[in-house]
Amino acid sequence: MDITSGPYGRDRKAARWRELFSAPLAMEAVKQSFVMLRPDIQWQNPVMFVVEVGAVLTLAFIVRALLVGAAAFSVSYFVALDIWLWLTVLFANFATAFAEARGRAQAAVLRSTRVSTPALRLRADGGTERVTSIELQPGDQVLVTAGEVIPGDGEVIDGVASVDESAITGESAPVIREAGGDRSGVTGGTTVLSDRIRVRIVAGFGESFLDRMIALVEGAVRQRTPNEIALTLVLTAFSLIFLIVVVPLWPMAYNAEQYMTSYLGLSTPLTSLGTDVPTLVALLVCLIPTTIGALLAAIGIAGMDRALRANIIAKSGRAVETAGDIDTVLLDKTGTITLGARRASAFLPLAGVPVRDLQVAAALASAGDRTPEGQSIVTAALAAGTPAAQIAAAPGAEVIEFSAQTRMSGVDLPDGTPIRKGAPDAIVDYLRQRGASVPGGIEGLIAEAAAGGATPLLVSHGNRVLGVVVLQDTLKPNIEGRIALLRRMGLRTIMITGDNRLTAATIAKRVGVDDFLSEATPEAKLRFLRAEQSAGKLVAMMGDGTNDAPALAQADVGLAMNSGTQAAKEAGNMVDLDSDPTKLIEVVEIGKQLLMTRGALTTFSIANDVAKYFAIVPALFAGTLPWLKAIDIMHLHSPTSAILSAVIFNALIIPLLIPVALKGVRYRPLGADALLRRNLLVWGLGGVIVPFIGIKLIDVVMVALHLVA
Amino acid sequence: MWTLPILLLAVTILISIPLSRYFAWIMEGRYHAPRVLAWFEERLNSGQQDWKQYTIALLVFNTMLFIFGFIVLCLQPIAPLNPLGRGILAPSTIFNTVISFMTNTNLQHYSGDQHLSNFSQIFFILPNMFLSASVGFCALTAIIRAFRGERTLGNYFVDMWRVVVYIYLPAALIIGVIFMHEGMPMTYASEQTVTTLEPASMGVDDHGQAKPQNIIVGPVAAVIPIKMLGTNGGGFYGMNAAVPLENPTGLSNFVTTFAMMIFPFTLVLMYGRMLRRIRHSVVIYSVMLTMMVGLIAWAVYWDSMRPNPAFTGTALARDYQLTSPGGGKRDITVPAVASLPVDQRLGNLEGKELRFGTSAGAVFSAITTDVTCGAVNAEHDSLNPISSLSAFTGMWLNCVFGGKGVGMINFLLFLIIGVFLAGQMVGRSPEYLGRKVEAREMKLAVIALLVHPLLILGPSGLYAATSWGVGAESNPAAHGFSQIVYQYSSSSANNGSAFDGLGVTYGLNSNPNPPAEAVPLDIGTGLVMLFSRYLPIVAPIAMAFYLGRKKVAPASLGTMRDNTATFGFLMLGTILVIGALLFLPVAALGPLAEHFGPIPFGG
Repeated sequence: MDITSGPYGRDRKAARWRELFSAPLAMEAVKQSFVMLRPDIQWQNPVMFVVEVGAVLTLAFIVRALLVGAAAFSVSYFVALDIWLWLTVLFANFATAFAEARGRAQAAVLRSTRVSTPALRLRADGGTERVTSIELQPGDQVLVTAGEVIPGDGEVIDGVASVDESAITGESAPVIREAGGDRSGVTGGTTVLSDRIRVRIVAGFGESFLDRMIALVEGAVRQRTPNEIALTLVLTAFSLIFLIVVVPLWPMAYNAEQYMTSYLGLSTPLTSLGTDVPTLVALLVCLIPTTIGALLAAIGIAGMDRALRANIIAKSGRAVETAGDIDTVLLDKTGTITLGARRASAFLPLAGVPVRDLQVAAALASAGDRTPEGQSIVTAALAAGTPAAQIAAAPGAEVIEFSAQTRMSGVDLPDGTPIRKGAPDAIVDYLRQRGASVPGGIEGLIAEAAAGGATPLLVSHGNRVLGVVVLQDTLKPNIEGRIALLRRMGLRTIMITGDNRLTAATIAKRVGVDDFLSEATPEAKLRFLRAEQSAGKLVAMMGDGTNDAPALAQADVGLAMNSGTQAAKEAGNMVDLDSDPTKLIEVVEIGKQLLMTRGALTTFSIANDVAKYFAIVPALFAGTLPWLKAIDIMHLHSPTSAILSAVIFNALIIPLLIPVALKGVRYRPLGADALLRRNLLVWGLGGVIVPFIGIKLIDVVMVALHLVA
Repeated sequence: MWTLPILLLAVTILISIPLSRYFAWIMEGRYHAPRVLAWFEERLNSGQQDWKQYTIALLVFNTMLFIFGFIVLCLQPIAPLNPLGRGILAPSTIFNTVISFMTNTNLQHYSGDQHLSNFSQIFFILPNMFLSASVGFCALTAIIRAFRGERTLGNYFVDMWRVVVYIYLPAALIIGVIFMHEGMPMTYASEQTVTTLEPASMGVDDHGQAKPQNIIVGPVAAVIPIKMLGTNGGGFYGMNAAVPLENPTGLSNFVTTFAMMIFPFTLVLMYGRMLRRIRHSVVIYSVMLTMMVGLIAWAVYWDSMRPNPAFTGTALARDYQLTSPGGGKRDITVPAVASLPVDQRLGNLEGKELRFGTSAGAVFSAITTDVTCGAVNAEHDSLNPISSLSAFTGMWLNCVFGGKGVGMINFLLFLIIGVFLAGQMVGRSPEYLGRKVEAREMKLAVIALLVHPLLILGPSGLYAATSWGVGAESNPAAHGFSQIVYQYSSSSANNGSAFDGLGVTYGLNSNPNPPAEAVPLDIGTGLVMLFSRYLPIVAPIAMAFYLGRKKVAPASLGTMRDNTATFGFLMLGTILVIGALLFLPVAALGPLAEHFGPIPFGG
């Protein structure tokens, strides 16, 4: 999937990424390809190391032919062979080096946002001083006003501001960052557009969380994932298997030379290419899985790179790979499925309670709730005509802040009367603890609100329940489509919500998630996650709040939002710079694409070998068993042109497939069986057929250009 | 022509279905044995074993079998039941034979009727056939238990007991009775002296009297059922199932062929039953069946429906051009060969037993190599060259049903490789049975997979370039090369059939003129049989254990299903491509070179 044309970034980003294909990058990669010929570096890629050894061996045979003069062989054939063997190694190195260079350039773009900026640091005595961002220490507090650049990663501890994060995310729409709640995280290098915030710096210059993650990304290119290790092992084993096939060919070809010599009654023994070491080296190189061996590293790096381009920083390649295996996705209802802007839409008082009393109590109780929902209750109460004076908190009243654990907020009036509003079960528990009884009519009201998919909040005054505030949320546009997509990808979708069962069930049904967890506390979420994992499933979740941190750490893929708290970002294994909750879909797609590309190119690489046999085997024995020409269904020009064509095809296919390795094989959510059928046809059957055409074509071209005898 | 193979496959498939239920029932231990048998079983039960203990028990048991076999064969000259006074076999032949029968290969570098006494047949051949045939069966059972995630894999000795007593013995009894009814000898006598119908067809003695014919007999009907059921293949007689006393009638030939197929067929279904994945095993079964049908059809088409090229000749001289590596050309002309006046409408009849019908030899040659039985009822050396490719392929792939248990295990190796390489194409890291296939499992699978080509191609190359192999060839050129490759393919596949023609039979130690290369061939094939047997059993057990330990991820839309036609094609593709990549060059140098080339080089 091409992220640049996806829902993020658009043109600006497209331009930025185009730079990554620039000539300097390619030049750097070319240089690096030669450096990587050093045996100690080349050794890290066992398959290509075998090719390098073969190339050196062939070189030795050229030298010998020049010194001793091997009359029977044309030296030019050896030289051509050797050139292509070296090119094979260089193409492979180029693929890796190019992917690495792109990754580094990518990281550099992100890092470029980290330049020294002026900062206004708050002194302990309350005054301020001008410093540069380099001098900032964790724990320092800075003031940032509209138009200024935030000097370092930190948390807003006071104020609300709109912030332009496009320097990091490429997204031009400003975002709101405010103290308290889960939208307090700000990133160094982003610009405050309005208002003024006080920020507590959490990381010194160059040590910010993103800096560390970028360093990880750059360092991680050499770190192999378990799947890569297993694949490298298999590729090495295949190299060994083909060594087992090729080495005995020498004595076998010798056997044929012997009996044909004696049959023809010749005084000088017949020779064939079957006992010619450089030719057998060429055969070996054609057979061992050089294509995938050359591109394996590039595929892995490109996977990380694709994540980076989707504005996701993964802490390791392993995390990206795991994303492909995810079975269950936990989706927070708020922000992911719904817009997350729940607004109070109605006040439903219990029988006998004046609606005004309910409005006043609800508004008072929301003073301690700085979430938009809490504020919307105040707004709704004002809009309903409640006098502002009535809902101003009286002096001496104690504000009880909203927390995710208690799931309620409120105020203790100066006379000690508690007013509370919160999730129904939380309020009911609270009242029961106080020894109060809960009136019977309340279930009806809750059910009424919940049946419409809205969230009911209970409001209590003292020991008395006043009624229900109805919070309405709107579904995100096309969320059903995205969830259906997840299902087609084979993922189980679970909606997590603090709502009661009925509300949750209604919304779950409407958007089509497989299951939901209602009245979820962070603990319940963690419990649920563990239960899924113990059933053998891999779970992905997204989170931003500090209370999400344990679950993010426990999840197999924990995607933290960049706007989230520091704790959440530390706990997850990926950070989404766009803070877009639907990003999980991209993450899973990138993971699947990575694995698919690997599988497709491996299959292609092995399937290619069939055609090479049909070219090379008759050529090997053209000097002894001419009737084997019957197998040469490509009708190649001559034995040497057949072998050269196979070697050239084998080398050229590497650069031809670099774009596939970097862009990835497109993932389609067709279900595993259809996908497998499709890919088997394209890469398996295609892998068998393509080289027949390619080798014939190269042979024809070489003959046309009089390059072969 | 086609009736025999179709009937054979149909009957085998039909019987394998209910029989697999019985096998699973026995191996799960859900039966209630009669008290005496239960008492014995109790004595054998040394408790649950983990994979290491199970493997060690298996290896120790086989070591004991080796020692036991060596002793029995060495005792031949002094042991009873030896009225013909047969001496001791050549030491290298004993080495070869003991390994051959311990590894269920039954490659015979001796001739049963010429070199063994009834004592050796009863105390060496017979127990080895029962016991070695059970080893692969037990290994597969252990692998199934490991795949089920069980911590212990059962008890090796109990498993052996179950296989031998509840499966092989009753089946062998039934088949044995049929064979006796068909006229197979069953006696302690060693020799039957008869007067030949045609006077003096055995020559005359010094007194001018017609010599009687001495026919070797013995407990043939005891040996032959398990020889086939256990896919052992070591004949009582040197000429194996082509001998009328070892295969008297058309019916016995049918039963013989059926008997070698039935257990390998059944075990695939048992695998599915014990794993509760019937459909998965049906897919595997279908893949194997497809390959078998292809190989049988290939053999019959090229052998029973095509003339023997040695008789047809070529009307015109043929020109070929040799291209030397330097580019120099040399023209050779192969003169025309007159065809022989042989009616070839019934296909290639050389080396066939016509009592069984014209296609019986080709059908048998394909099946015996597919299921690694190794019994023969026709001369494989005389198959049309391109037809013999079917026999070669059966042994090279070694998983077209394959030997009991081991064939399924070999298939699992291809399966793991195929799942690993192509399984990622669904966008998940590769899984089998819901468990992730990772580096350690791959390492073990690949080790096991490497052994087979290494042990075929390495020695074939060595022997083809030295007098060890070339000196033993009975035919020149590509055909002689095929003989060498066949010998090692048969050894490494633990098949045991012979192409014939290679001078491998040293015979008794007293043989004054042994073939020059019998000793190196005894030792070479002996070592190959040994190494190709145990590594491909032990490594997969370990692999199954490590895989079985992992958590099972429940299947979803995104997981590759292992019970679909797509999966079947994936397996077929994997096996055929990997098989072709490993063995196409030898195929080209052997059967293909012989087929495309002039025979034999224009005289």
